[in-house]
Amino acid sequence: MRPVVRFLSGELIERIISEARDVLCKLGVEIHNKNILSMLQDHGAKVEIDRYHVLLTDKIIDRALETVPRFFKLYDVFGNQTHNFSGYNVYFTPGSTALNILDYDIKKIHRPKTSDYISYAKVISQLNNIASQSTALIPADVPEKISDSYRLYLSLLFCEKPVVTGAFTIEAFNIMKDLQLAVRGTKEKLALKPLTIFSCCPTSPVKWSDVTSQNLVDCAHYSIPVEFVSMPLSGFMAPVTLVGTLVQHTAETLSGVVISQLTNPGTPLLYGGSPAIFDVRYETTPMGAVETQMTDCAYNEIGKFLGMPTQAYISLSDSKQLDYQAGLESSMGATLAVLSGINNISGPGMLDFESCQSLEKLVLDNEICGMTLRMIKGIEPKEDFPSLPRFEELLREKHLLISKHTRRYLKEEFYFPGPTVDRASRTRWQKEGSVTLLERAHSEVEKLIKDYVPSKLSDSAKKELTKLMEKEARRYGMESLPPIPQVSCE
Amino acid sequence: MDILKEISECLQQGDDQKVFAFTKQAIEEKVPPKEILECGLIGGMNIIGEKYRAFEIFLPDVLMAAKAMYAGMDLLKPLFIKEGIPTVGKVVIGTVQGDLHDLGKNLVGIMLKGAGFEVIDLGNNVPPERFVETAKKEGAYVIGMSALLTTTMPVMKRVVDLVKEEGLSGRIKIIIGGAPVTEEFAQKIGADAYAYDSVDAVESVKKLLKKP
Repeated sequence: MRPVVRFLSGELIERIISEARDVLCKLGVEIHNKNILSMLQDHGAKVEIDRYHVLLTDKIIDRALETVPRFFKLYDVFGNQTHNFSGYNVYFTPGSTALNILDYDIKKIHRPKTSDYISYAKVISQLNNIASQSTALIPADVPEKISDSYRLYLSLLFCEKPVVTGAFTIEAFNIMKDLQLAVRGTKEKLALKPLTIFSCCPTSPVKWSDVTSQNLVDCAHYSIPVEFVSMPLSGFMAPVTLVGTLVQHTAETLSGVVISQLTNPGTPLLYGGSPAIFDVRYETTPMGAVETQMTDCAYNEIGKFLGMPTQAYISLSDSKQLDYQAGLESSMGATLAVLSGINNISGPGMLDFESCQSLEKLVLDNEICGMTLRMIKGIEPKEDFPSLPRFEELLREKHLLISKHTRRYLKEEFYFPGPTVDRASRTRWQKEGSVTLLERAHSEVEKLIKDYVPSKLSDSAKKELTKLMEKEARRYGMESLPPIPQVSCE
Repeated sequence: MDILKEISECLQQGDDQKVFAFTKQAIEEKVPPKEILECGLIGGMNIIGEKYRAFEIFLPDVLMAAKAMYAGMDLLKPLFIKEGIPTVGKVVIGTVQGDLHDLGKNLVGIMLKGAGFEVIDLGNNVPPERFVETAKKEGAYVIGMSALLTTTMPVMKRVVDLVKEEGLSGRIKIIIGGAPVTEEFAQKIGADAYAYDSVDAVESVKKLLKKP
C-alpha cells in the first residue's frame, strides 16, 4: 500500500475551485498581452483591452480543463523516458534559478560563474534520487539577457537528464527552443518526447505579465510542458488563511491553464506553484514554513482533483547554511511532498528563500530524496508468509544474515544511503577522523566532480549547441563564451 | 585459470561448494597447503575485506565468503596438523558471566573463522575462570570477551586480573567489545585491545598476534 497524506476533504476542494471560478469570472484576470486578450475575446471572454483585463467564463474554463492532459512523460537527451507524471508517481528536481551559490571553502555566498554551473551539472548527473536537472543557477559571467539560455546550454552540454527551466524574456524563448531542437532534431520529435519543462509564473494577485504569458503561449505552440508557479503570499498578497490562499492559487493557476489550452489544446502542464506564508516579523516568504508546505500539498490535491499532474517548490530551506534548520525544513518538505504525491518535487540544494544553491546540500538532499522514495514503496510482504519456516531457520542458525531470504531482499527492502549519512559507531566515527556532516558532503561533491564522465550526447549535437549559443552571445555583445572544459565523449 | 585464483574468486562469490571442490583439487595437485591457505583462501578474504570497507559489499556477502572459507579450511586443517604447520591462531571467545547477549560475539566468531583463525566459542554467561582455563588448555593466544550490560562489564576486568595472576600477561592477549564497552574502558581495565565491530575485531586480533 502506498502511504498517502491528505489535507483537504473532497467537499472543501470543490468549494475552493468554485470560489476560484467566481474570482476568474466575476473579478477577472489582468493579462498584459494584447494577443492573448484577443484570443480570449474570440473564445467569448469579456475583454477590456486598455485595462488588460478579462472576465473568463465557466464555459472557457471547462473547455480548457477538458483538453489538459491527465499525464505526460519526459525524456532525457537521448529520448529515453525518465518521467511519467501520472497518478501518485513522484520525482525530485533541484531547486532552480538561484542567484547565489554557497561556497564551501569561504562559507559565504557569491554569484555563480560558468565553472560553478559546470560543477553543479557534473554533480547532478550522478545523483540517482534526483531524476531531472534544473537550470539551478544563474551564471553571472555572461550578459543578463542570455543568462537563461546559457544555463540551459550548459545543462544540455554536461548532463543527460531532462531539464526544468524557464525563460527570463520573450526573446529568450527562441534560442531556448532552438537549443532543444539541436538535441531532439525536429519540432515534431520534441513534441513527442519533451526534454524540458518551462516554469511560467503568474503575478499575485491574478495577473500575467507580458513576458510570462507570452512564454506560456510560445511553449504551447511547441507543446513544451509548462509548470505554473503561482506565488500567493498568505497574509500579504493573498488572504492570511490557507483556504483563502488556495482559492487565489487555484484562480491564478486555472487562468494559466486557460491561456495554454486555448492556444494549443493538449499542451502538457504541471499544476504547480510556489506559494508561501508572509512572515510579518521579518517581511520574508519562508518556503520551509509548515503552513507553506501544507498549502503546497493542498493545491496538489486540487490539481489532482482537476485531473492534472502536479509540481511544488517544497523540500528546500530558508536557512543560510547547512545546519539543523536546513535538514529539518528540507526533509519535512520532501516527506510531505512524496506522501501527497506531488509529481514533480522542486527544491533539493536550495537555501535562503530559493535564492542560494549549495552543491553540498544537493548531495545531502539526494539522501533525503532516497529515503522518502523508499518510504512510499510502503510495507509489502515479500515471501513472508507462511512465517514459520523463516523463524525455524532463525532458531536453527541463530541469525538470518546469510539466509537466502535476506540476500534476496536486503537491497530491495533497505535504502542504503551514501557516505554522507553517518551510521558508524562512535568509536569507528572517531577512528575515521570524526568527520562532520559538512565535511562528508564536501568530500562527496569533490568525488562526484572528479568521477564525472562527459555526457554521451553526440559531438555533432554538442557542436550545434555551442554554435547556437555563440551566435546568441554575439547578438548581445559577447564575442566569445567563457572557457569550458572538454565536452567530447567520442 | 590458476587454481588458487579460482579458489579466491569462488570464495569472494560465497560459493562454498566450489571452494571445497577447488581446494580438494589443489591438494590433489600437490599445491602446498600453506600456499592454498594464504594465496587462495586468505587472499580471497582480504579482497572481501577491502570491498566491505569501501561499502562495495555488505556483511551478508562477507559472511557468505567466510562460510566458503570454512569449506576450504575443513580440508586443510588435517594437513596442517599432519605436517605440523601452525594455524593462523587460536582464539577463545565468549559473552561474560551474567550476560546472555551473544549476537555480536557470534558475529565476531564467524568473522575470525572466516579469517582463518581457530575459534573456541564458550557461548554466553561464561565465568572468568573458564576463559583462562580454556585458553591455557587449548594453547590459545587470544581471549575475546563481549558484554552488552554495563553490570557485567566488571567481569572483563576479573579475566584480565586472572591472566595477570597466572603470569600469562603478554602470552595471552585480551580483546573486548560490546555496545557499552569503549576503548577507554579497555585501557582502564588493562585489556590489550578493543574492537567496535566484527571486522575491526579481526583486524585487532591480527595486530595482537603480531605484537611481541
